[in-house]
Amino acid sequence: MRLAFIAAGLVVGTSALADTPVLTVYTYDSFVSEWGPGPVVEAAFEETCGCDLQFVAAGDGAALLSRVRLEGERSEADIVLGLDTNLTAAAAETELFAPHGLTAPELDLPIAWDDPTFLPFDWGYFAFVHDAEKLPEPPTDFKALAKSDVSILIQDPRSSTPGLGLLMWVKAAYGDEAGAVWESLADNIVTVTPGWSEAYGLFLDGEADMVLSYTTSPAYHLIAEDDPTKGAVAFTEGNYLQVEVAGMLAGTDQPELAAQFLDFMLTDGFQGAIPTTNWMYPAKTPSGGLPEGFETLTIPEKALLLSSKDAAAVRDDAVREWQGALSQ
Amino acid sequence: MAGRAVPVIPGGAAGALVVGLTLGTLAAVALRADGPAALGPADWAAVRFTLVQAVLSAVLSVALAIPVARALARRRFPGRQALVTLMGAPFVLPVIVAILGLLAVFGRGGIVNQALAALELPPISIYGLHGVVLAHVFFNLPLCVRLLLQGWSDIPAERFRLAASLGMGPGEIRRQLETPMLRAVVPGALAVVFLICMTSFAVALTLGGGPRATTVELAIYQAFRFDFDLGRAALLGGLQMALTVAAGLLALWFARTPAFGAGLDRPPQRWDAAPGWDWVWIALAALFLLVPMAMVAIRGAEGIARLEAGVWSALAQSLAVALAATVLTLTLAVPLAIGARRVRGLDVVGYLPIAASALVLGTGLFILLFPFVDPGQLTLPVTALVNALLALPFAVRVLRPAVDTIEAAHGRLADSLGLTGWSRVRWLLLPRLRPALGFAAGLSAALAMGDLGVVTLFAPPDGGTLPLYIFRLMGSFQMEAAGGAAVILLAASLALFLTFDRWGRAGA
Amino acid sequence: MLEFLNVNLRQGDFHLSASFSVEAPGIVAVIGPSGAGKSTLLAAVSGFLPPDGGDVLWLGESLIPLSPGSRPVTTVFQDQNLFPHLTAFQNVGLGLSPRLKLSSEDRGAVEDALAQVGLAGLGTRRPAELSGGQAGRVALARALVRARPIVCLDEPFSALGPSLRHEMLDLVGEVLSDALVLMVTHDPSDARRSAPRSIVVADGMAHAPKETAALLDDPPEALRSYLGAQP
Repeated sequence: MRLAFIAAGLVVGTSALADTPVLTVYTYDSFVSEWGPGPVVEAAFEETCGCDLQFVAAGDGAALLSRVRLEGERSEADIVLGLDTNLTAAAAETELFAPHGLTAPELDLPIAWDDPTFLPFDWGYFAFVHDAEKLPEPPTDFKALAKSDVSILIQDPRSSTPGLGLLMWVKAAYGDEAGAVWESLADNIVTVTPGWSEAYGLFLDGEADMVLSYTTSPAYHLIAEDDPTKGAVAFTEGNYLQVEVAGMLAGTDQPELAAQFLDFMLTDGFQGAIPTTNWMYPAKTPSGGLPEGFETLTIPEKALLLSSKDAAAVRDDAVREWQGALSQ
Repeated sequence: MAGRAVPVIPGGAAGALVVGLTLGTLAAVALRADGPAALGPADWAAVRFTLVQAVLSAVLSVALAIPVARALARRRFPGRQALVTLMGAPFVLPVIVAILGLLAVFGRGGIVNQALAALELPPISIYGLHGVVLAHVFFNLPLCVRLLLQGWSDIPAERFRLAASLGMGPGEIRRQLETPMLRAVVPGALAVVFLICMTSFAVALTLGGGPRATTVELAIYQAFRFDFDLGRAALLGGLQMALTVAAGLLALWFARTPAFGAGLDRPPQRWDAAPGWDWVWIALAALFLLVPMAMVAIRGAEGIARLEAGVWSALAQSLAVALAATVLTLTLAVPLAIGARRVRGLDVVGYLPIAASALVLGTGLFILLFPFVDPGQLTLPVTALVNALLALPFAVRVLRPAVDTIEAAHGRLADSLGLTGWSRVRWLLLPRLRPALGFAAGLSAALAMGDLGVVTLFAPPDGGTLPLYIFRLMGSFQMEAAGGAAVILLAASLALFLTFDRWGRAGA
Repeated sequence: MLEFLNVNLRQGDFHLSASFSVEAPGIVAVIGPSGAGKSTLLAAVSGFLPPDGGDVLWLGESLIPLSPGSRPVTTVFQDQNLFPHLTAFQNVGLGLSPRLKLSSEDRGAVEDALAQVGLAGLGTRRPAELSGGQAGRVALARALVRARPIVCLDEPFSALGPSLRHEMLDLVGEVLSDALVLMVTHDPSDARRSAPRSIVVADGMAHAPKETAALLDDPPEALRSYLGAQP
């Protein structure tokens, strides 16, 4: 206990000693890991801001929002980074966030962006990832998948961002028929994991033919591991889009610094790190273009995305529908 | 009679603290809720599934542990101690790492299915209720074996000598010595496994095969993270606690202290001929528990090279948390176990934390602390505190029967000498408890090392514990490095457990 | 003087009454058939069994409100007299201070007691390293340092051979000569050898102490069948 208190004391001590302003950014776990964008982004921003950028990791996107809601107006956070469009309606409803203040930011998204509060920092298409050597001809839409005996790993929409993305994907593609599609998919689903890491880990261990991930996931294997065998499938219904966003809290004690960070977020110092650390598409393509290897990635012909309002409206019913279809 | 001689105030204080932390956090969550909450049909389905899998897991774990523990109790062979210790490894691994180990054996591409394919037999699937139960048995069998082994070693060597002198065979020994012991130990073991499985989350979800396998803990998670319905989270947390407390009381009702009297601390030696199937049980248990662990180690070994310096600071943080949690656990568990001699049922309070959802506990603490301090700065103390609470049931489970056995054997003499209060604790209970203390400390430390649960809400700005580090690695495609870090975690947990356990035995 | 005033002892179906007084000091044997309640009578003195009715007085003061440890009584049990994890020295030392806080004077007293029972130099041994006779001697040494006026011996030497047992009984007479020693025995010859007076316990009743020799030479009805054909 004493050791722990001393350690905690040291943390308090060092941050109190520093005279520079502190910008606190809440984000999800993998963002701050040694392999994530966190360290690069922190170094780049601190070079110019004359401040101390502190990342606080708080689980995944949904956990981030819960934490901010628990803390309310007294939150230490200046910025929350890592929500997606499935969460932004609920986040905006809390009235804890302030407008970003940028008019028509230049973005390279497959869709138009007009949210006054939240600003995208990266995006990607959800897709089923497969091993081209083991499964050379993967099904290319949900119906073909359901008819095949191809096995898939998915995440639980109640505990995982990609899991919720898949739920919205089926809903966006099939609307009222979504329940029937889930029922037909039931025998393809090996299991439902709590999060992306578990599902992807199981997939790499050969537990299923395909896993729900992103079209950008094969880039990691190609670039970091020199392994060209992983591929992502473009579905004929279109692939659902995930847009990851950041927002400034209304209660921030560093409004200027926070605004400066949101500006910085769309510059090369931040965006350049995204492709090979977060393995997503940058919200604004850096001046040097995308890294070599990204040109090999599958690009779906159609991008599906429910507006954050629609997503919030259908969410609860969609989960019930999913639960019912897979519980039979 | 003997009850009056032991101090009860520290136990009362420890009990009050535990009740305050478990029920207080639940109340904090309930009070933050915006309005009344109700449970839907999906929640009741979750309750049903939770109960079914917990009962199945508990019964199966204990039923399998009995022959294994009996075989280990009557067989002496080189490496026996090492085997017993190693078999405990699954209990302390982060869940996802252990699951990957299990899948390497029972999964689609695992050893078993490869063998089946070679024999041209149809493959088996691990996903579903049976997979959940299999994984729970994998996690809890070692604990049950240890608890039952403790029961066997609590039967004094003199009794076995007496039995041998009377020409008792294994059958008579079972009736006269083992069955009374089992009647005393089994209810507690069943309760512990049942309680552990009641709060299962990742195992049930990952191996359950779909939303059918929704547990109450997942429903709580959903209420917190997905619906932000604090009222429903508190309601579910309360329901989960009520169910587990009921189970704990039931176990208390059935548990009886065996009256074996005391021995003279002679090393146990058995004269009865043990049947050959002992070896089969030992081999099967070793295979079942060790092969997945070996797969984790083999696959992880390559990953160690890919680790960066961060792993060592994470390891240091985990060690600090584990040691602090261990001290706290024993500080709470010893007074509870001793105080229960005077206030019957005081030790049941020690089971409360396992009934509490880790999510409710963490969130409640967060709500309570946030108005006063920055939770990020309290990461390590809070993590240590919560881990201490979560390990408390195991420590109490180990210590309580040990205290009873000591009192049954030496209480009369201590009374006649006026050994009361602290003197009794200092000169009778603590020295005689040493093996149990070592085991309990080892368990607490190892459990705290492997725990991921509570840290996320209180996640520190930089670094974090080793399990969190592993989880972050997995979230960044670094599966091999995560495997390597898991091997380091496994080794550190085992080393901690071994150190404490060996310290306990050194006194015997 | 130890007085039993209309004492009623009950343990389940078992019942024992006692109403008499015993003069101190001296060794008093408690004899009678097996299961008659000899140990039960001692438990009332040592405090392990509170009587259903009546009172037990020592020097005119009731013992009933006192816990076993605070009574003017030392008990040596049939077994489990020593804590296995403590040395012989510590086991004796507990008799002086339950906290084992021993002054140099106390330490001297412990050494003396060990020497008196013939265990000089064996203080560092643990019970598992002692023979049965030696363990009994450690228990006696502790009774010595406790220096309580009443000593209850609940057949502590029954496991020893006759010559060793006699040796121990002689040692009791020698070192505990100032105390009232209540000694449960099932061997009339032990009583005859060491105890001038004896209490007969039989048929639910403990009888006032009588001279041992006279009692054994002309046993009352209750004792006769137990003694059988003994001379």
